[in-house]
Amino acid sequence: MITRRWIDFPAFGFKSPFSDLDRMKRQLDQLFGQATDEKGYPARRAGVFPLINLTENKNNYFIRAELPGVSAEELDIQSTDRNIAITGHRETPADESAGYHRREREFGRFSRAFTLPGEIERDKIDATLKNGILTITIPKAEEAKPKQIKIR
Amino acid sequence: MDTTENKEIQVMGKHEVAGPAEQTKPGPVFVPAVDIYETQENIILTADMPGVTAEDISIDLRENTLTLSGDIAPYESADEEDIAIEYEVGRYFRQFTISEVIDQGRIDANLKNGVLKLTLPKAEKAKPRKIAIKSD
Repeated sequence: MITRRWIDFPAFGFKSPFSDLDRMKRQLDQLFGQATDEKGYPARRAGVFPLINLTENKNNYFIRAELPGVSAEELDIQSTDRNIAITGHRETPADESAGYHRREREFGRFSRAFTLPGEIERDKIDATLKNGILTITIPKAEEAKPKQIKIR
Repeated sequence: MDTTENKEIQVMGKHEVAGPAEQTKPGPVFVPAVDIYETQENIILTADMPGVTAEDISIDLRENTLTLSGDIAPYESADEEDIAIEYEVGRYFRQFTISEVIDQGRIDANLKNGVLKLTLPKAEKAKPRKIAIKSD
């Protein structure tokens, strides 16, 4: 994973020389409906809303999801063991009587649960919702943090 | 009991723009999902643009083409490694042709929780007028 970051361009989407290839693979996988993770196992994405990006640094896992039009009160985040569950609903707008020209946005309930790859500190999970993006910061448990080993 | 409130939201992958013109900035560009509806006085457009702030959004109505675009600041910090990526992040761009005459001076835009709500008031002459029929 680390070797993929040779060069850190400031612009997102151009993190490494291979990110464009990753992107292309993802798009092709989506097209043929057989997404796989990096090790070639079928990916866990079950086509469940919301779509989630999971990243990590040394101390934390980060979960991000795009939830436009969902307020914090409409969201419920639960954590058990190594699992995180997000449930909520997106309210149908009030002006139902009006004549619609286009309806592309979806409304209704959603719920999604997933397991993190390592142990976490459940008491220190932090979630923020800003501009329609939910960010959950999950501190890793001591066991899951990488330890540098001194060479004598 | 299949009301919209109880409906499960289906995943709709973000739709990437295959624009007529090449973009000047690198990175993917997406089409925001929109609802457009019309009331007696207004045309109301709501667009899902998660991650966009009010400063980064631009709305432009020229002739009868409405252009929506939104820039996004990267919100991943540099030291983060990807584990599972299900969606891409990028700018938003979409254009509409508006057939109705719009009162440009009173256009109102409101951004809340990543949803842009644009109220386009119809100009006087485009409003439906009830015609009273007189009978003797």
